[in-house]
Amino acid sequence: MSAVKLLPGVYWVGVVDWNVRAFHGHTYITRRGSTYNSYLIVDEKIALVDTVYAPFSDQLLRNISEVVPPEKIDYIISNHGETDHSGSLPALKKACPNAKHFGSAKVKETLEKMYYLGLDLQVVKSGDKLSLGKKTLSFIEAPMLHWPDSMFTYLIEDGVLMPNDAFGQHFASSARFDDEVDGSPLFEEAEAYYANILWPFSPMVLKKIDEIVKMKLPLKMIAPSHGIIWRKDPMKIVNSYVEWAKQTTRRKAVIAYETMWKSTEKMAYSIVDGLVSEGVEVKMYDVAETDNTEIIREMLYARGYLFGSSTHDNNMLPNLAMFLEFLKGLKPSGRKAAAFGSFGWAGGAVKEMENFITSPGIEIVQPGISLKFAPSPEELKQCFEFGKEFAKKLF
Amino acid sequence: MDKYKCTVCGYVYNPAVGDPDNNVASGTSWEKVPEDWSCPNCGVGKDMFVKEQ
Ligand SMILES: [Fe+2]
Ligand SMILES: [Fe+2]
Ligand SMILES: [Zn+2]
Repeated sequence: MSAVKLLPGVYWVGVVDWNVRAFHGHTYITRRGSTYNSYLIVDEKIALVDTVYAPFSDQLLRNISEVVPPEKIDYIISNHGETDHSGSLPALKKACPNAKHFGSAKVKETLEKMYYLGLDLQVVKSGDKLSLGKKTLSFIEAPMLHWPDSMFTYLIEDGVLMPNDAFGQHFASSARFDDEVDGSPLFEEAEAYYANILWPFSPMVLKKIDEIVKMKLPLKMIAPSHGIIWRKDPMKIVNSYVEWAKQTTRRKAVIAYETMWKSTEKMAYSIVDGLVSEGVEVKMYDVAETDNTEIIREMLYARGYLFGSSTHDNNMLPNLAMFLEFLKGLKPSGRKAAAFGSFGWAGGAVKEMENFITSPGIEIVQPGISLKFAPSPEELKQCFEFGKEFAKKLF
Repeated sequence: MDKYKCTVCGYVYNPAVGDPDNNVASGTSWEKVPEDWSCPNCGVGKDMFVKEQ
């Protein structure tokens, strides 16, 4: 992709990573690919806000060259030190030897310890401004949205907020703006992004948004570091973040289970029927078949979580254990839960699952249901009732 | 003296070390750490810390 002019003097010079499917190791499955957004602001001084993942450095430099020779860049701003946005710094250090570098105190630490480039980074704080001539950049530190080093850069005269990873989506596209793409998959990716990356930092998200709303910054565009730029109604994504950060839930249950010989799965089917008979919206997933990213996205709005596992070596199955570990780190709150599963010898999985759910935000609201070998018709009826009972706890 | 851990980023406050960069001398117990002190790693307040088991 070539550089794209967003506004007079403001360019997107990032790259589209069409084929990335595993991100951050394998913690995030990016089924729609992603982009690494980098913004070039051309005025009397020329500033580059964020870079791209190292394997794409050549594309970044080519895109910059379409607008200005890279050596003309005066300022480089690092909003965040993570590799997907700082990876081109070694290449840029060579291509723009005269550029001055800016970022938070924490980003200075991150970059020093990651690249050993001897960058002479000038530390900026919330409220600091950098004049480019007619245009001015101002900085807002945003620790834990989503790293200690995170910062937002705001282009005052054009009302463009560049919040780096906040408000992003893993969404590869040739389009750059939200009004140029189908809104449903885009929003789904924004939701997945919040659930999988920002969920644990919900208290900080609320505080930071409150602070920004009070600043009354005119917001014409929110230009994140991944995916599409919000310009149709930039406050829509901000308001969604508030809703997600407040842990707003609805009468929805997600069943996450793992099964050996399908007995636990049969139980899950009957539980679904019980829930549905009470009008609950349900999603059910075998965690060994679907990636965490998708299940976690569905869990964002769900008030009820049901966990199922066969007993294997006196414990729950390993994929479910892994899933629960991941979920715990995301710190959901205000959720109701229960466990179920089948066993062959003496059982154990249900108890292990219940013991595991110690996070204060997930409350076990009814005793688990555990049965031997394959469920009898009578036992399936009990599973149905178990689902019905659980549904009553979701008001 | 007990150590306290930041529930947001995992930083551990060790009283034996303190946080000299932010004017908390080594040997300062958690209770004596000023109320307006914040996590040197991620910036959250003392209320976000829990005692380390
Ligand atoms: Fe990041
Ligand atoms: Fe990122
Ligand atoms: Zn911390």
